Amino acid sequence: MIELVIASRCIQCDKCVQVCPMDVFDAVPGGVPVIARQSDCQTCFMCELYCPADALYVDPDCHGPVPVDEARILATDWPEQYRRDSGWGRARRTHRNESWRMGEIFATAYRILGEERP
Amino acid sequence: MTGQDLELTADVLVIGGGLAATWAALAAAQAGGRVVLVDKGYCGTSGVTATAGVTHWFVPPERHHRAVAERHADAAGLADPQWALRVLRTTWERLPLLDRYYPFPTADGALDRTQNVRGPEYLRAMRGLVHRAGVRILDHHPALELLLHSDGSVAGAAGVRRQAGGRWTVRAGAVVLATGGTAFRSHLLGSRGNTGDGHLMAAEAGAVLSGMEFSNYYTLAPAYSTMARSMSYLFGTYFDADGREIELPAGADRIRILGRAMLRGPVYARLDKAPHWVRRKINVVQPNFLLPFARRGIDPYTDLFPVTLLGEGTIRGVGGLALADEDCQTHVPGLFAAGDVASRENIVGAVSGGGSPNSAWAVSSGTWAGRAAVRHARTVRARTGPVRPAGQAGIRPARHAAPCDAEAVTAMVREELNAYDKNMFRTRQGLLRSADLLEDAWRQISDHLTGSGRQALRARETAALVAMGRWVKAAALHRTESRGMHWRTDHPRTDPAQTRRITVGGLDRVWVDHPRTREEIA
Repeated sequence: MIELVIASRCIQCDKCVQVCPMDVFDAVPGGVPVIARQSDCQTCFMCELYCPADALYVDPDCHGPVPVDEARILATDWPEQYRRDSGWGRARRTHRNESWRMGEIFATAYRILGEERP
Repeated sequence: MTGQDLELTADVLVIGGGLAATWAALAAAQAGGRVVLVDKGYCGTSGVTATAGVTHWFVPPERHHRAVAERHADAAGLADPQWALRVLRTTWERLPLLDRYYPFPTADGALDRTQNVRGPEYLRAMRGLVHRAGVRILDHHPALELLLHSDGSVAGAAGVRRQAGGRWTVRAGAVVLATGGTAFRSHLLGSRGNTGDGHLMAAEAGAVLSGMEFSNYYTLAPAYSTMARSMSYLFGTYFDADGREIELPAGADRIRILGRAMLRGPVYARLDKAPHWVRRKINVVQPNFLLPFARRGIDPYTDLFPVTLLGEGTIRGVGGLALADEDCQTHVPGLFAAGDVASRENIVGAVSGGGSPNSAWAVSSGTWAGRAAVRHARTVRARTGPVRPAGQAGIRPARHAAPCDAEAVTAMVREELNAYDKNMFRTRQGLLRSADLLEDAWRQISDHLTGSGRQALRARETAALVAMGRWVKAAALHRTESRGMHWRTDHPRTDPAQTRRITVGGLDRVWVDHPRTREEIA
């Protein structure tokens, strides 16, 4: 679930408030958005992808909130990982979208399994 | 909640914001209609495509007949080749509209549109296309109910503005429902908002459903996570809690074997058969696949991690609203259904349409519904006069409004519609027990549950989940055989005499297998 809005990085663009499909955040006039309805979070990571400031952290546990240490998260690349690997924002110039390889990967898997598939 | 009420008129109202909704809105706008699209969430991130990716069933015309014959050999007898051919033709026509907005790879110097398309980029592109076509997009405007003319035809819809506050009403000549399937709150990636609201609204207006027994497809994910995936798990080796490897013979139904193992205890996986080039590339192939592993310090290729099977309900299942004509009109005049909210039996029969058929269906059914909705709206353009809101359960209690434990009801639905021993492996006794629980919940909800603002949506979603659950159990009880994904352990064989579709419907009382004509409903 969404666990952190990292205030030291947040630029208060309120993009997360807009794009969260589950309406988890509330905008705060003159402040950083707050996680207002955490239990509605569907752990889809869309807010991380759209956040231009790498200021959000979604923990992968979808069953409930977990304790999270902000200092520890800041020392990792987790808040930027999804956006970077998708080639959004700064990573636009260096990234190649290779999702087209999935057909090849499926075929490889079925070959290993000894199965014939379309 | 405070805020301004919003009242609009349109030729076509599209309810939903995912793949089918955007293709429908685009087609309607291109056909000259004034179009409003209302999404429960944000058009671009809502739904199960935006959070993952899809491959389209995209086949050159000269191979259409062969592609349909090959697919329908596995459809367990319920598909319709004419519909499938139309899907292939329309997908072939429409998908190239994306060329300028999505980086399809090239093969032999030409764009290759047969490969996987990333969800977030796809839906972001669709939002742009829809916006530029002149569609008015209203995010965070969940629809709660349909509006009907006195003759029962559709007149629009109404809902709440969950961020702006207040209510919205759109009067429209036609409505396209593209609200998706439901995974019954299984935690399947991107599916939490898919609660069957569209099905419930349509049923209240007199629409019927088909194929609801085909609602028990499952996909593997790390046990704590939403990250359901098919591809990488093919490289997995699986173990029980005692470290014994679970045998998965070639060609066997791996999911059912793993489901049985999970009923005995926890199951662990290691994706150790993945070749090294796949491991190196996975983050630029599926950028979200590694998120749940990295954040737990797990290397999925060398470490064992616990896995679960997430129910896909009617998403990679098949059932949904029955269509009355080739324009994807439901049995309610002026109400169209596109994408996963509609039954996909025509295209895939009794087996999953997950992967390419479902996305091709979203493109083509959206296109047909959008175009036909504009034509329909033109025939009723001058229409004014009184309309009535059709919403019942969760909106207008049959008795007095009283608090209901919606969270407990949702937890019950999740259990009864997802537990492997209740939904993957079905028996008459188990289905009857689930049906009783759902019936009790339905009485409580329809008698008492209501809400306003965000709570109005919550109440309605709870009602819809229970309604969907009742239809699934009724259909599953009625099909006393095993066919496709529908597996009855008390009827393990396929019965040739049951090679036909099962229709369900009804709210106060659920009925099975009495398909009614449009004249009888009106």
